[in-house]
Amino acid sequence: MSSDAFTPGIVPARLEAEAYADHFSDLHPRLDAHEALVAADRCYFCHDAPCITACPTDIDIPLFIRQIATGTPDAAAKTILSQNIMGGMCARVCPTEQLCEEACVRELAEGKPVLIGQLQRYATDHLQEQGVHPFSRAAATGKTVAVVGAGPAGLSCAHRLAMLGHDVVVYDARPKAGGLNEYGIATYKTVEGFAQAEVDWLLQIGGIRIEFGKALGREETLESLRAGHDAVFLGMGLGGVNALEAEGSDKEGVLDAVDFIADLRQADDLAQVPVGRDVVVIGGGMTAIDAAVQARLLGALNVTLVYRRGRDRMNASVFEQDLATSKGVRIVTHAVPRAVIGNGAVREIEFDYVDEAMAPTGQALRLAADQVFRAIGQSLVGEGLPALEGRKIKVDDAGRTSLQGVWAGGDCAAGGDDLTVTAVAEGRDAAMDIHKALTGAAA
Amino acid sequence: MADLTSDFVGIKSPNPFWLASAPPTDKEYNVRRAFGAGWGGVVWKTLGLDPHVVNVNGPRYGAIYGADRRLLGLNNIELITDRPLQTNLDEIKVVKRDYPDRAMIVSLMVPCEEEPWKFILPQVEETGADGVELNFGCPHGMSERGMGSAVGQVPEYIEMVTRWVKANTRMPVIVKLTPNITDIRKPAEAAMKGGADAVSLINTINSITSVDLDLFAPEPTIDGKGAHGGYCGPAVKPIALNMVAEIARDPSLGQIPISGIGGITTWRDAAEFMALGAGNVQVCTAAMTYGFKIVQEMISGLSDYMDSKGLTSVDQIVGRAVPNVTDWQHLNLNYVAKAKIDQDLCISCGRCFAACEDTSHQAIAMSADRTFTVIDEECVACNLCVNVCPVEDCITMEAMAPGLVDPRTGKVVEPDYANWTTHPNNPASKAAE
Repeated sequence: MSSDAFTPGIVPARLEAEAYADHFSDLHPRLDAHEALVAADRCYFCHDAPCITACPTDIDIPLFIRQIATGTPDAAAKTILSQNIMGGMCARVCPTEQLCEEACVRELAEGKPVLIGQLQRYATDHLQEQGVHPFSRAAATGKTVAVVGAGPAGLSCAHRLAMLGHDVVVYDARPKAGGLNEYGIATYKTVEGFAQAEVDWLLQIGGIRIEFGKALGREETLESLRAGHDAVFLGMGLGGVNALEAEGSDKEGVLDAVDFIADLRQADDLAQVPVGRDVVVIGGGMTAIDAAVQARLLGALNVTLVYRRGRDRMNASVFEQDLATSKGVRIVTHAVPRAVIGNGAVREIEFDYVDEAMAPTGQALRLAADQVFRAIGQSLVGEGLPALEGRKIKVDDAGRTSLQGVWAGGDCAAGGDDLTVTAVAEGRDAAMDIHKALTGAAA
Repeated sequence: MADLTSDFVGIKSPNPFWLASAPPTDKEYNVRRAFGAGWGGVVWKTLGLDPHVVNVNGPRYGAIYGADRRLLGLNNIELITDRPLQTNLDEIKVVKRDYPDRAMIVSLMVPCEEEPWKFILPQVEETGADGVELNFGCPHGMSERGMGSAVGQVPEYIEMVTRWVKANTRMPVIVKLTPNITDIRKPAEAAMKGGADAVSLINTINSITSVDLDLFAPEPTIDGKGAHGGYCGPAVKPIALNMVAEIARDPSLGQIPISGIGGITTWRDAAEFMALGAGNVQVCTAAMTYGFKIVQEMISGLSDYMDSKGLTSVDQIVGRAVPNVTDWQHLNLNYVAKAKIDQDLCISCGRCFAACEDTSHQAIAMSADRTFTVIDEECVACNLCVNVCPVEDCITMEAMAPGLVDPRTGKVVEPDYANWTTHPNNPASKAAE
């Protein structure tokens, strides 16, 4: 039986078959060589450039843009990748409008920054599509390091350690490497299997072995990893999803946004991914936006994103918010879920409007809903972990935890934004400190 | 709309913008389009004797670029007209007949003997052309055959040929000068002695624009080899301006009329040449880059400028900057300026800081929040910060009023003019009387 946008319930194939490829195509098609030269020419090559300061991985942006402008994109890629081994993914998913491009002096001068993110992608794609891996390993140190989690933090750490001559074993609970790059980012941001291609390219350094299906606290313990390796890096991210504190939130059709996003990324045929007619997403971060936009792209008739505070407090950038509204997502702010209503399966969801102090205003909102996505944050899970700070692992500037020989970085570690680029920086910096601790050498 | 009418050595045109002798003026079709677009005159591409020359069949041009592939300099190895003499003469005649109000100048290059000039000049006169321009400037190809810049580099030849031409025609004679010499005043003087009505400058500059790093050959490359060409376009404008000024301010050259050429792209460029003494201007590369329509911006721009200055004739611009061109030794050493950064306009790129800190006088301070300020104690007013700043008018040079103390030298800024000729550090200084 065929379905369309008006079909009630959670059903697959709401769109014509050919619409999926169009809806989930590259959000920012890559610059061609001419466009890259035009964009690169706009860079002023600032002194001690503010874009570098704004980049969590401190990429020398003016230098790599100058390298593009002078016809050496592979040199540009090496400039990028030597600071950020996942520069290709970061070029796709970084909220550049809040980082390098916000700091660009041309943003101040004209309101139009240099297209740093797109230029970065131009350079990294140019190199990586040739299959060239520009880094090589130092002489073997004889040390081995365990890395927990094959996401951005773990792979960044592993690559740097391998480059410095250490052997690395990466343990990941999932059947594929990449972490959120593979399971947690909207499909249109990383098309054509880029996340896996990047992992394969990264592993060309050698000296990194990945053990799939091995989770900390399940197949492995921190004690056994510490015993079996010279150092341990924890980069397993946040495995838990925060619960929805609303009456009836156990009803059928109330789901985790991260699972929806992961299912979409892993689907061989997007037409087979079911989606509701009336979808409500609760949350205000990137995950909420990615779920809401993709629900619309799958053909949901009505998608409403509901956030408890004002738009200015949303973790999702203005660009992401605008992307959502441009795709037809309705954004409702200052509303807190009170009750999920339905006989077995969700049918409606009721919210209380609140003021800036989160106090109820006495007004309510009731939305039709056959599918509700929770996207109100994720949390660290696990026992026997190093000391926490708040709800995450406490680390110092070098990524050291309270346990001797154990470092941590990425989303599971306290401090820093929960961004891919921040995870890459923390993994890299922890690797440098691990190297120092294992060899006594300053790299 | 100001009156842009031009009278250059008796040759009248509705505006002072002529197309220089070059590919854009090679034939009737192009020149009709130029006049249709509004050009005041053309200098028809150089005629020579039959059998006509031939051009290479590979690239004739090479280029250098600024940001966004903006063409800044163009190099060419094209020769004079490669069509029969009579074909050109016939076309000149019909175009002049149809555009009697436009200036029609014919560029000429024949061997360095009197007979060829006696042969060609009457035929040019017969077309109704308004004047001739002697091509003593072309630096490639023709110079290997003893013509073009081979003549222009020997003042005695310039004088001799100019005298022959003046003796054999009633038309005004403009002598086009090559910049590939050490002192532009010498060929100008020779032209004047030979009786020239005017000089035009500059012709193109010997150049290799680039090297193909795969072929290891200069560009433009013809079957693996390259020859030097003639360089023109915006990049040569400063060189041309200086040469025009050198002639204009030399009293011994008797204020010989000058037709200014060299990288003129906008009305402003044209006005600058005229202010330095050019009676009119000739344009080529800008038209080759953007098409003939650019003259419309030149016309409106010059007109608006003249209106804003209350000028009623283009002659009122000509030479007005010449009295202010002087020698270094006459510059006022008591004039003291300091750079000033407008914080409202500053976009904090820091290029002024990098330039000053690395390559100049360490006279710009940078704060942790990227505020850039001038350190007056160190600033020598070199102007480099102004030149590298990407925002117009963000950094300016402000003169210090006499009586203030220059924090760099600790000396009071003197109100009086004083130059190097009387400076105590000058071993050859003359004591002030």
